[in-house]
Amino acid sequence: MNVLNNSILTLIVLVPLAGAVLVALAPERGKATNWIALITSLVTFGLTLHLPAHFIPGQAGFQFEVNRPWIESPAIFYHVGVDGLSLWLVVLVGLLAPVGVVASWNAITERRKLFFALFLIQQTAMLGVFVSLDLMLYYGFWELSLVPMAILIAMYGRKDGPKAALKFFLFTFIPSAPLLVAILWLYAHTGSFDFATLRILIAHGNLPAYQMGWVAFAFLFAFAVKVPVFPLHGWLADTFSEAPVALAMIVAGKLGLYSMLRFHIGLFPAQARAVAPLLVGLAVVGVLYGACLALVQRDFWRLMAFAALSHLSLITLGIYGLTQTGWEGAIYQILNHGVVDGALFLLLGVLYDRYATSQINAYGGLARKLPHTATFFVYASLGMIGLPMMGGFIGEFMILLSTFTGLSKGWAIAATLGTILGAAYMLGLVMRLFFGPESALTASRPPEDLRQGQLAVLASLAVLMLVMGVAPMLWLPTIESGAHPPQAMLISLQREVRR
Amino acid sequence: MNSVPGIFRVLPELVLTLTGVAVMLLDASLTPLFPRRYLGMVAAIGTTFALWASLGQLWLPMGTGFSGTVETSAFTIFFHVLICGLVLVALLLSLDTLPEESHHQGEYYALIVFGAAGMCLLTGAVELLLVFIALEISSIATYVLVGYRKQTARGPEAAIKYFLLGSFATAFLLYGIALIFGATGTTQIYEIARLAPTVQNHALILAGLGLMLVGILFKVSAAPFHVWTPDVYEGAPTPVVALISTAPKAAAFALLLRVVYEMLPALRPVWSPLLWVVAVLSMTVGNLAALRQTNVKRMLAYSSIAHAGYLLAAFAGLDSTGVMAACFYIAVYAAMNVGIFAVVTLASSYDEKLPLIGDFRGLIYRSPLLGCLLIFFLASLVGIPFTGGFMGKLISFSTALGGGAIWLVIIGLLNSGLAAAYYLRLALVAAQRPEKENKEKFAPPQVVGVAVGAALLFAAAATLILGIVPGGLLHAADASAHTLEAPPAETSTFGNAVEPQTQP
Repeated sequence: MNVLNNSILTLIVLVPLAGAVLVALAPERGKATNWIALITSLVTFGLTLHLPAHFIPGQAGFQFEVNRPWIESPAIFYHVGVDGLSLWLVVLVGLLAPVGVVASWNAITERRKLFFALFLIQQTAMLGVFVSLDLMLYYGFWELSLVPMAILIAMYGRKDGPKAALKFFLFTFIPSAPLLVAILWLYAHTGSFDFATLRILIAHGNLPAYQMGWVAFAFLFAFAVKVPVFPLHGWLADTFSEAPVALAMIVAGKLGLYSMLRFHIGLFPAQARAVAPLLVGLAVVGVLYGACLALVQRDFWRLMAFAALSHLSLITLGIYGLTQTGWEGAIYQILNHGVVDGALFLLLGVLYDRYATSQINAYGGLARKLPHTATFFVYASLGMIGLPMMGGFIGEFMILLSTFTGLSKGWAIAATLGTILGAAYMLGLVMRLFFGPESALTASRPPEDLRQGQLAVLASLAVLMLVMGVAPMLWLPTIESGAHPPQAMLISLQREVRR
Repeated sequence: MNSVPGIFRVLPELVLTLTGVAVMLLDASLTPLFPRRYLGMVAAIGTTFALWASLGQLWLPMGTGFSGTVETSAFTIFFHVLICGLVLVALLLSLDTLPEESHHQGEYYALIVFGAAGMCLLTGAVELLLVFIALEISSIATYVLVGYRKQTARGPEAAIKYFLLGSFATAFLLYGIALIFGATGTTQIYEIARLAPTVQNHALILAGLGLMLVGILFKVSAAPFHVWTPDVYEGAPTPVVALISTAPKAAAFALLLRVVYEMLPALRPVWSPLLWVVAVLSMTVGNLAALRQTNVKRMLAYSSIAHAGYLLAAFAGLDSTGVMAACFYIAVYAAMNVGIFAVVTLASSYDEKLPLIGDFRGLIYRSPLLGCLLIFFLASLVGIPFTGGFMGKLISFSTALGGGAIWLVIIGLLNSGLAAAYYLRLALVAAQRPEKENKEKFAPPQVVGVAVGAALLFAAAATLILGIVPGGLLHAADASAHTLEAPPAETSTFGNAVEPQTQP
């Protein structure tokens, strides 16, 4: 075994925190804070790459595991580890950090120290969520992830930051109160916060069934708001339009979707099975609803918000279809969506910095003035739509296929319609921003295309999208080793949905 | 069997009293031109000695002194250290923020120290009459401190309100003590505990418990005895609020723990549901009212009422776990509350130039240090993980859940979700960009003085450490809980001849 294996996850979680402390100590003037943040995030990304390099795909259970007592009573452990489910998500968070730093490089001009310190704390919290295997530790990181986000939205909000931040915070904080009750209830009845122990104890079924239904529901509700699942998406559009770009690209999806897989379905297979038809229905509604609303938005942040709702709903569909292919597709799509969204947000952030408006109508004919921006935007849009040869195609195809064959043809067709609408709104956005006649606004400003840092990041993301599209076998074996929906629940769900 | 001179049992109180006397005498004998700030330093040094004296009591054998009226145990030491620490923070805070020209500074510091002596004595007393006297000592000092800003209209108003209502409350307590004496024939707490199960006249002892609870719950500002809190907090100088919202409350909670867990555990079926109701009422009333406040200090007053509710939830826990959770929560609450009042004092100055929530707009841009600390303490009050506030809530609620109070926990956690709304409102306003066109009412300091910096550091470090590595304090709380559970087997009522010898 490699020497690093035992401490790698701790390092990954703590390096951004150490970076935050360094940023806090750095002088406010000059770009020192930016550089420290960039180097920290790159080091973290490098460390996350250690995981896939030393991960053994066939091996059951968690790897790189550390389990140490933290607090005696209540018995909370510092228990971290990854498996196929979380491995690539950790890497994704690691990858998006430098992207976020580059996106904020020129956009953030005031109180940079605070911005980057909080950004890095946010990083720690998100990484912590993906590696925690003790429910209390997990909950800690889960909650912690809200704070820097809320403060940064309030600080750098475009119009009414505090309002959007409050909305975001309350939307996600209040559902986590029942989640905490549920976790404490489990602890009171089992004496453990440990994921693996709890899974075994719950599987033995000694806990009262009626209360377990509520406990599982509390878990699901907290996660569904965080994803968000239709109709709990009230916070999404405001958060997207107010949050700094670096945070908007990481706020939605990942945490909630992963938590559903790991802690809702993973801990409560029977209860998850019972609500799966409902979630499948909501997911399909979300796909169509999000796509339809995205079609009519006049503000590109809001458009991205509803597009995200649509895409994340599709991933939810893959998860609650409870099929092997669906789960693999879901994880793959989370990764792909993260990369594509990162690129798109970076580009929209560039536009917003140049022209200070997010009204789509104010733009037009930018392709000639900003050729690089336009090229990458079109490219990323194609990735978002799910063009074959791009990463989005693989994930969406797997989800839709699994829905079609494993679940129900009707739902699959409806969801496919959503992806077609997806093409409509994304291409519409491209057209209105970059083509057509030059608008008064774009004509009034001197053209200033992407800077070198941005170019470098976008080029790497573009390559990654392509590789994800043509060589999914680089990722899928690892994902496959972690993504097993409990077998017993599959067949019956199929019957129920068909009926 | 060695007997400890009674004087060692009250060493911290003694040190505090002597300090207070010294401050008063110095104040009287020094020329009017001599800066009174140095008296504050004397008081702070004395309090530090008292803190060391309390820690030194760890080496004393556990037991009682002065004819079985004062006790030394892990429980009393826990609270002595806590109270001395809080008083120290309040003194350090006052040192840098009290305006130099304000009158009666010497009395101010002396009163704080005398009050501290009363609070310490309150946690150590195991004789109800001494409890009453100690409570009066601490209350009278705080009544005067609340009215310290005589020149404003709000100050004396707050002081009179506090005094009148507080006197009523202590009268209730005294009446309760009388009834319990009537029922059991003694005012010694262990004796009452021994005799209570055999008491024939249930009505008398129940009425006694009820009246005592009214008095104590008033002091901890639990609903429905909370009405004084917002007015008093608003009228009192902010450094004083930092003190009175923490230290006397910690002392009163210690008394509550003693009364219900040590004196009348036999009446658990009676007080447990009562406290359940008071807990739910306090958190709900506190949070709902706080939502509507525009004044920062009033909002924090209601928040402290809500926190009294969270703390009372721990009383639903089974015996020693309940005490442990309550002790832990008191420490956490005190650390974060004294911290946030310190920040508010600094941000809006002694004269409260920024009384409203809206006035805090852009604090983080104007003074990053204060802004960050404000948000940090607010996060702890919300109960964000890795802060003391979260650990406190976690332990309090998981204890309550262990005691089977599932609904209390659900209500409590929903309440804490609700509470996030108003804490966040302040935090987010502080994080917002300042308005450019508006002239700033008051510029918060960019750098803070040494004394107040130490106070802030102390509070922030305590809040953070309790959130990340609470093990040490949990052990201390556990030890103190066990001393409450197992009272000394024999206590002599006459002289200190019999001293049980158990090392804490």
